[in-house]
Amino acid sequence: MSKYIFKRILLMIPTLVGAAVIVFFLLRAIPGDVCVLKMAGTGMYADPEAIRICQQELGIDKPLILGIDTQFVDFVWGFATFNLGESMWTGKSISGEIGLRFQLSLQVAIMATLTATVFAIPLGTISAIKQDTWIDYIVRTFSISGIAMPSFWLGIMIILGLLIITNKITGEPWMPPIEYTPFWVDPWANMSQLVWPAVATGFRYSAVATRMTRSALLEVLREDYVRTARAKGLLEKLIINRHALKNSLLPVTTVIGLEFAFLMGGLVVTEQVFNLNGLGKLFVESVLASDYTMTQSLVMLVAVVFILTNFVIDILYAWLDPRIRYS
Amino acid sequence: MASWKMKSILALTLALALAVWTFGPRPAEAVKRGGILKLVVGSKIPSYDGHRETTFGIIHPLRPFYSLLIRVNPDNPQSPTDFICDACAGKVPKPTDGGTKYTFKIRDDIWFHNGVKLTSADVKATYDKIIFPPKGVPSARKAFFTSVKSVTAPDSKTIVFKLKYASGAFIPALANPFNWIYSKADLDKHGTNWHKKNINGSGAFRFVQHKPGAFVEGKRYEKYHLKGKPYLDGYRAISAPKMALRMQAIRGNRAYIEFRGFPPKARDDLKKALGDKLRVQESDWNCNLLFTPNNKRAPFTDKRVRRALTLAVDRWGGSKYLSRIAIVRGVGGMVFPKHPLAATNEELKKIAGYWPDIKKSRKEAKRLLKEAGVNLNKTYIFSNRGVDQPYRVVGTWLIDQWRSVGLKFKQEVKPSPAFYASLRKKHDWDVSMDFNCQSVINPLADVSKFLSDDVSGNQYGQYQNRKLDKLFDQMNRASDVAKQRAFMREYEKEALETSAHQFITLWWFKINPHRSFVKGWKIAPSHYLNQSLDQIWLDR
Repeated sequence: MSKYIFKRILLMIPTLVGAAVIVFFLLRAIPGDVCVLKMAGTGMYADPEAIRICQQELGIDKPLILGIDTQFVDFVWGFATFNLGESMWTGKSISGEIGLRFQLSLQVAIMATLTATVFAIPLGTISAIKQDTWIDYIVRTFSISGIAMPSFWLGIMIILGLLIITNKITGEPWMPPIEYTPFWVDPWANMSQLVWPAVATGFRYSAVATRMTRSALLEVLREDYVRTARAKGLLEKLIINRHALKNSLLPVTTVIGLEFAFLMGGLVVTEQVFNLNGLGKLFVESVLASDYTMTQSLVMLVAVVFILTNFVIDILYAWLDPRIRYS
Repeated sequence: MASWKMKSILALTLALALAVWTFGPRPAEAVKRGGILKLVVGSKIPSYDGHRETTFGIIHPLRPFYSLLIRVNPDNPQSPTDFICDACAGKVPKPTDGGTKYTFKIRDDIWFHNGVKLTSADVKATYDKIIFPPKGVPSARKAFFTSVKSVTAPDSKTIVFKLKYASGAFIPALANPFNWIYSKADLDKHGTNWHKKNINGSGAFRFVQHKPGAFVEGKRYEKYHLKGKPYLDGYRAISAPKMALRMQAIRGNRAYIEFRGFPPKARDDLKKALGDKLRVQESDWNCNLLFTPNNKRAPFTDKRVRRALTLAVDRWGGSKYLSRIAIVRGVGGMVFPKHPLAATNEELKKIAGYWPDIKKSRKEAKRLLKEAGVNLNKTYIFSNRGVDQPYRVVGTWLIDQWRSVGLKFKQEVKPSPAFYASLRKKHDWDVSMDFNCQSVINPLADVSKFLSDDVSGNQYGQYQNRKLDKLFDQMNRASDVAKQRAFMREYEKEALETSAHQFITLWWFKINPHRSFVKGWKIAPSHYLNQSLDQIWLDR
């Protein structure tokens, strides 16, 4: 097992390097630069000398790859020395900027995952056991509506609903806070802001996981070993819990893991809807501002999260299915 | 009889009192102190250095930390010529020496937030950095001060600006809201880059914290030089890039005001939802959208074709209908419509593209296109910025206007970085949207966008017109407003009609709905102006 883990860790290196090189060139293939946008993007008089100095300060006037003093060399050196550098837009340290947002994104991802798991596994299980009954139809309707409804749209509806309903009840419209308060500073303020995006994203997420649980369990319930267990006269509850559910959770774990990784950097629109100062919002702002250094770092972070999540899922496989052994 | 007389006098007195109470002048509302103002800001903060940045993303959250030498009068911000002293004492001085010397006295009671007294040395260091920056130090508005010969501080309370020639553009340039006064000691000790990441001003509020992407917090500066101000305990400028969210934040009372502006639909929705709890302030806006033909790309190399483009556009009609859905309204020439140097409606109506009879205008456009032999079967490229308000709305309208004279355009909407790369470097368009958005109304500087591209710095039509360059220079050196106005008309006619280089569509219109309990703030014709927050108070 330890040999397997070591091998997987080594494999992460070329994956990350590949991602880094691709993102470096892709970003620079997009026309426009951060200095022009800063100075001329406001419609004010843009001093050409100020733009030139800005480009010089940020090193974007250097050649891309040909030579020693190039943008690519700077990038590779920073990457190799774990120096993420500074944001081209704000001039602040990238690790500091990401650190601020990471906490919020992680909390939303965890809350959405919990919401999804709490709903998805029981609902998917009941739906599979009660296949083609009215219960199954209700659960399927729930899951299809969750998939059909984009989380950002649901988010907008939640905000509008809250504004209208609270106005009707109290005479003053209320909406979730638009500033983040850490949980340990004020749990109530924290929850009243984050519970809504967690529900909006968790709904879609749980819909996917519910459908996956249902179909996986239905498949397992038709396996020979389940038939054997029934033939032996085991209780149905025992068959489901001990023999069927655990095995059917393999694909569900994959889905939950990948969705979690996606939520860490992919809540782009939902974060904007709720004004969450998370990694998704930072990602969009950085791309729109041609902030190369920040975008590169965020892509790398998301790549690391995906690689680690996959790694954890693989380890979980062995625990869930004893037939799987890593050697 | 006496009783009847008495009753009549009493009734008359009561009626008079009632009339006075109803129609008479009201005493000034008593200002309430305290409270935290929550405002939403739709733009990111780049560095903290006002001298190098150009976005309102730093004006709204950071301007309250700084003082200026002079500023737009917060009680009369609509006036393009009303400036008052901020760090200087008394009134804004009149120039001497034939208009080439301005001597300011610095207040004696003004301190930086670190406790150091502000003197003329700080003002000199600030303006030296802005006007004569050392090599390698960027200054975004250096070009506004080309008339300045020197800045001197003969004593700790006096600052003198000497100009090369008398210029009407100097005082408005001085009042620019980005000209934050920095401490000389900070510049000497930490260098010119220190203000990119640090704040030490002398404004109404002290910097407390900045959480990037989230908010900036300021608290009242007790030693603020304008006695009794600010009224607020502090403020919180919350970052909210999405317009819909900013609007809902005001509706849900998470923020009380947004200083940039909302489109008409948002104003109407908010008003419907909040009723009397909302107050709306509106103003003409010192920003305009232009369309710029590529003067180096056929058939737009031909001034008849460029002229046809402007003749096809019904600005008077557009103003009426577009103002219902977009943040545009004013029909104007190059100069902000309310400024003394602006063309009157009668003058405007004589310029091609502003004729009151649109049928006649379009007939002339068709004639010019035919005469120039323009291929009307071809589809031309119109480059536009991927921002809804007002770019895409006005862009779509323009395409329809041009279609009315037989010209077909395909609108290519690009994200901001790609749009600017295309506008400034690639020039891969036939006509492009462009815009001119300034802070203090300073027409003598603002119209520099129409100069030759090797002089202007932000003219993207790729033309050179030495007549325009000469007129601009003459206008800036003209000693009185009447002469400046005459030159301006000539300059305007040359750029918009005779040589027909690039054209104004409509001027923007600023709509600021805010919670009714936010008092003391008056809308200015620019989202950069009147942002010191020192006169704002909360009535609750």
